[in-house]
Amino acid sequence: MEYVAGEYDVAVVGAGHAGCEAALASARLGCRTIIFSINLDSIANMPCNPNVGGTAKGHLVRELDALGGEMGRCTDKTFIQSKILNSAKGPAVFSLRAQVDRRKYQMEMKNTLELQENLDIRQAEITDIIIDDQRKIAGVRTHTGALYNCRAVILTTGTYLKGKIIIGDVSFSGGPDGLFPANRLSESLKQCGIELMRFKTGTPARINRRSIDFSKMTEQPGDDIIVPFSFESGDIKKEQVSCWLTYTNSNTHKVIRDNLHRSPLFGGMIEGIGPRYCPSIEDKVVRFSERESHQVFVEPMGLGTQEMYLQGMSSSLPEDVQIEMIRTLAGLESAKIMRSAYAIEYDCINPMQLDLSLEFKNIKGLFSAGQINGSSGYEEAAAQGLIAGINAALKLQGKAPLVLDRSEAYIGVLIDDLVTKGTNEPYRIMTSRAEYRLLLRQDNADIRLTPRGYEAGLIKEDRYKRFLDKKAKINAEIKRLESTYVAPDENVNKFLAKSGSTPVKTGIKLAELLRRPEISYNALAEIDKDRPDYLKEASSDSYNAIIEQVSIAVKYEGYIKRQMQQVEQFKKLEKKKIPQDIDYGTIYGLRTEARQKLGKIRPESVGQASRISGVSPADISVLLCILENRSGKE
Amino acid sequence: MYETIAAISTPFGKGGIGIIRLSGDEAFEIADRIFKGKKTVKQMKSHTVNYGKIEDPETSEILDEVLLTVMKAPNTFTRENVAEINCHGGTVVLLKIMDLLLREGARPAQPGEFTRRAFINGRLDLSQAEAVIDIINAKTSESSRAAVGQLEGNLSKRIKEARSKLVELIAHIEVTVDYPEHDIEDITGRQVHASGEAVREQLESILSGFERGRIIREGINIVIAGKPNVGKSSLLNELSGKNRAIVTDIPGTTRDIIEEFIDVRGIPVRIIDTAGIRETDDPVEVIGVKRAEKEIENADLIIVMLDASTDMDGEDKRIIEKVRDRKLIFVINKIDEARQDRTEILEKRISEIYGEEPAYTEKSSGNGIKIIKASVKNRFGIGEIEDTIYGMFLKGGIEGNSEVLITNIRHKDLIVSAVKSLKDAASAYEGGLPLDFITIDIRNAAGYLGQITGESVSEDVVQEIFSKFCVGK
Repeated sequence: MEYVAGEYDVAVVGAGHAGCEAALASARLGCRTIIFSINLDSIANMPCNPNVGGTAKGHLVRELDALGGEMGRCTDKTFIQSKILNSAKGPAVFSLRAQVDRRKYQMEMKNTLELQENLDIRQAEITDIIIDDQRKIAGVRTHTGALYNCRAVILTTGTYLKGKIIIGDVSFSGGPDGLFPANRLSESLKQCGIELMRFKTGTPARINRRSIDFSKMTEQPGDDIIVPFSFESGDIKKEQVSCWLTYTNSNTHKVIRDNLHRSPLFGGMIEGIGPRYCPSIEDKVVRFSERESHQVFVEPMGLGTQEMYLQGMSSSLPEDVQIEMIRTLAGLESAKIMRSAYAIEYDCINPMQLDLSLEFKNIKGLFSAGQINGSSGYEEAAAQGLIAGINAALKLQGKAPLVLDRSEAYIGVLIDDLVTKGTNEPYRIMTSRAEYRLLLRQDNADIRLTPRGYEAGLIKEDRYKRFLDKKAKINAEIKRLESTYVAPDENVNKFLAKSGSTPVKTGIKLAELLRRPEISYNALAEIDKDRPDYLKEASSDSYNAIIEQVSIAVKYEGYIKRQMQQVEQFKKLEKKKIPQDIDYGTIYGLRTEARQKLGKIRPESVGQASRISGVSPADISVLLCILENRSGKE
Repeated sequence: MYETIAAISTPFGKGGIGIIRLSGDEAFEIADRIFKGKKTVKQMKSHTVNYGKIEDPETSEILDEVLLTVMKAPNTFTRENVAEINCHGGTVVLLKIMDLLLREGARPAQPGEFTRRAFINGRLDLSQAEAVIDIINAKTSESSRAAVGQLEGNLSKRIKEARSKLVELIAHIEVTVDYPEHDIEDITGRQVHASGEAVREQLESILSGFERGRIIREGINIVIAGKPNVGKSSLLNELSGKNRAIVTDIPGTTRDIIEEFIDVRGIPVRIIDTAGIRETDDPVEVIGVKRAEKEIENADLIIVMLDASTDMDGEDKRIIEKVRDRKLIFVINKIDEARQDRTEILEKRISEIYGEEPAYTEKSSGNGIKIIKASVKNRFGIGEIEDTIYGMFLKGGIEGNSEVLITNIRHKDLIVSAVKSLKDAASAYEGGLPLDFITIDIRNAAGYLGQITGESVSEDVVQEIFSKFCVGK
């Protein structure tokens, strides 16, 4: 029997990484919010790899933290190993990555949701979204007939929609990690006129630690110095656990080749489109047949468990083949599989139906975030969830949405890519997708985005004040280095000789010396007597954060300036907004393809229009003409 | 808020004068940097015509005497600041001034861009708007056709090759950045440096070997050589169609170098009449002879004139000796004043000197010896001379319209930018900067080349990563 179970501002459908961020953001911005999950024990679950961050993904987490999201803090509380990747390749690509204790992460996030003001949590499967005759969100309905009236809905259904698990020739309806799928919501979405796609992803097997011979593997310990994800976390000291590295070999590849005919991937059983960057092991062996081995990382799933994750061995081969294949690896000869590898197919939406705030263009108040938008990865999901949650709340409060552009954040790159270009495979963020990555560093995410988080309302006054103080100190120190000269005396040249640097004959700015690759800020202290007290010694965490910003800004000034000029060019077209009532069908001079694409995507700016595939520079010229003519008349 | 654009606004290759138009926020500043007159551009009143010279600020070389028209926004065609340079040099000078403007910060106008700006800035009403849009569409396809035309063949292939090498290089760097833990061999700064430099060398050779483009842009240098009074000045006059060089019967009238810019079948040609290369004690003439020798060295083509009415003498032989192994046309002049057998004797002497050298024909792709019998005075043989010049340099013919030319400058511009980016990459490496910074420059270089070939870097790199490297969980 249908009954009205509650009145809310915002309902979040799904409590994975996108859903948790969305619900927290919405509730924190004062909206009465409810979040649904098919199983409350799966809140913030990591059904695949037990880690957070990595290249570009780590950037997303830091950006999310600067905007007031939760993933960074939760990771800092629950990680069991921390690493900085790419530390030698340049500051723009330094990336944080942490192995987390999967269960602890879940408990921590669930508890955070439970403690949150304005937020209710409910175990239920949502089967329908309800829209009124003006195509505005009116509510959601659960499988038990409970009706929740609400003004906005955020879909964060992950891989649950019509989930289908495939293990070799066995396949069945199911969600990730042995959970139930959500089989009925897809139909409701279709009835609302939403275009669905079918994607595929997969996960490797889990092995009991006690069945592994680590003496045949290479140990991969964490870093000695731990850099937290959250700008709020302060110093973290904790014991870390190791990961392990082993390799596939010719025997592994033989087992795979001999059984390819039983692979659903090659047998045509899988119709969903899988990601290129996350190929199954059978895919790798076939596509890169010249390679004699592939890496496999063995990663702990947590502290209170013996389950180990086999990164690099994602597969949808039959169970018996999986066992045979895994046991060919050094150290895994007597491996005991606890959970089999599987592929999962699921429904997702074509993200080109969304605007840059992640709201559906054709249904007022309906937002979506995460894997349902065709992305992949916990961090990509969380970032979208946060933005969708903020924008649902801002919309209900009658405020302008928070939209980050490609020059402001990886989050902007991620959303713009999805919404403007669409995707034909699960989308993963990469540093190579960002045009201005020298500006979008993980170290300056707070400088870039804390003001935006403060404006949106998720960054509280005290944190904002600390931020302003840090920023002022950074700027003051850069200014001091740029205006302080040292004399070419014996002391200075002795220091330079010691540092392997060319001596000076005339007075030189400290900044000039710091620009020399061989001279670090710390080393410079020897001839820099007037440093402010708080920068004299490594006294606090803020000390490291400040000198990092100062060093990068001074050392790479030329490149940073050049990239800022490029951003200025880029912004010109981004600032040219296109009125949403524009009728592309009546615009004289647009080519047919451009007319259709523009009409479908309805870009918000000329810049966005120029990134749509099938829209030519000539079309953009025409569009500019029309816009100027309109604005001239008004 | 708009970049300053520049274009040659008069038809290419025709007419004795030409106009270059500049429009945009910095039109006056840019004009001011190359214009030397009584007033600075700032001091000039709007809508006035001002006399002065165009001077290359780097070399102080005077390029031309010009009239500069200054028109202040908003009462101009584009409603922006507009400067028009009225030059009286021919195509070559126009192109040189254009190059100078680009160097000083203008960029080449796209087809229809002046009109488009006029429209955008509200100069045109709506009924004109649709016409503008038609122009944009038509011009864009026209210029892209021109671009495609130019890009067919060798140049396109080489640019694509260079670009794909850069994309490959970027992908290799990016994959190690995006997948740091995979056992992909890390690319070192040294390798990146070496590959980047190799591509830079390729691009530089494209730039220097871009002969056809250079001829279209800069014209051909032709020197007319021959002993005094053989008819060099008359030939120059005939070719230029004007009576510029002083023509007399007294040997040595042309004491210094006379140069003329002419248009031969659409090719800009700088043609130089020399003072002859005879042994002389006259100090003035010595200077002339020296200059003539220098011009011969720099010439793309030398027209050697012989007098049919006299036998080949020591001076003729000296000239022929000097121009050996160069691209040559022999013109045997004054055939109307000589018996036919004299002409044949001269032809025989030429072939004696050149031995087995085959004769130039239309099929011999620009090489070989060409002998033309002429009577310049009676305008006989002039057409054959023109045909030969054209055939020797541009066998396939050229598109003599400005669209091709603009596209050309744009391509050169982009290749030059790519080369500069690669130089930046090299100095970033030498300066000890991390790999990521070097990548930025290499990306820029690939981006510039992509603007020629119409490909975008970002998507290509991602494609390349997944097709070449085995990554993933």
